[in-house]
Amino acid sequence: MSDALCFGGGVKTQLIAVVVMWQWLKQLYHRLGSPKWFYEITTGWIPWLAVLSVVGTVVGLVMGLLYAPADYLQGNSFRIIYIHVPAALLAQSAFMMMAVAGAVYLIWRMKMAAWVAKVIAPVGASFCLIALLTGAIWGKPTWGTWWVWDARLTSMLLLLFLYFGVMALQQAMESEDSAYRAGAILSLVGLVNIPIIKYSVEWWNTLHQPATLKLTEKPSMHPDMLIPLLIMIVTTYVFFALLIILRTRNEILWHERKRSWVKQILES
Amino acid sequence: MEFNSVAEFLAMGHHGLYIWLSYGLTAVIIAFNVAQPLLRRRRLLKEQAQRLRREKKHAPQA
Repeated sequence: MSDALCFGGGVKTQLIAVVVMWQWLKQLYHRLGSPKWFYEITTGWIPWLAVLSVVGTVVGLVMGLLYAPADYLQGNSFRIIYIHVPAALLAQSAFMMMAVAGAVYLIWRMKMAAWVAKVIAPVGASFCLIALLTGAIWGKPTWGTWWVWDARLTSMLLLLFLYFGVMALQQAMESEDSAYRAGAILSLVGLVNIPIIKYSVEWWNTLHQPATLKLTEKPSMHPDMLIPLLIMIVTTYVFFALLIILRTRNEILWHERKRSWVKQILES
Repeated sequence: MEFNSVAEFLAMGHHGLYIWLSYGLTAVIIAFNVAQPLLRRRRLLKEQAQRLRREKKHAPQA
């Protein structure tokens, strides 16, 4: 680098930097698009992700269920937060990731992106269902009702139906390509719902309490309650990564079953 | 620790039913999400290995 600076001055260095970066991006794109590369690199990740998921869950739940103090208003029922909030956050993040993967497939026709979008849908829907169920159960002792049609709950239910819609489209069509494209388009349209979920507790007068965690503000929660929540949130994302990798590897095995590298795996 | 006995922990100050129902349903959904890809992988490997063996057997002998 310093040689280039002395030799040709600024413009040439910048040109080299741009070329290097372009090559790097091209390489990254080709690798991400290569099912074989993805399959091989993730083989070693699986045990680590599994161990992290189990350890994080055990530590987070022991801290949250046994050591966190009871809430002064809600009593012990607030302990549902340790599954409700991580599941709700993940359900929204997963939808956004699914839409991004869908967009990558629509624009660049990358097969891997379509498979990732396809495997995210049922997992995201599962976490959305967990958020809705635990929210309803939490609502009973807190609000006196399992369900109200308020903005937060309704937009979260809509998220679940959007997931179901994307899953149906991904499997509906004769050709896989048009099925993936239809699913991608619905997930991109469904993105509109994400800010609605986020701001529903501010825009409308809802029963649902406002956000417990805000990136821009100091948390109002006691550290003994907050730390297990943060552990559970991080663990949920790690566990999600594990599930997506496991499912994507299955898609790869199925779609690439006639390739020689998969045949080698089958014969071993 | 917040609780003095196992019974107190399970009771969760009259909120036991809500908490354990939440955690139980979540555990079921999570277990399903773990089992599904593992079972599919096992089935896939088995079926495709069978297919390979069949194709080899029926392939013309050179």
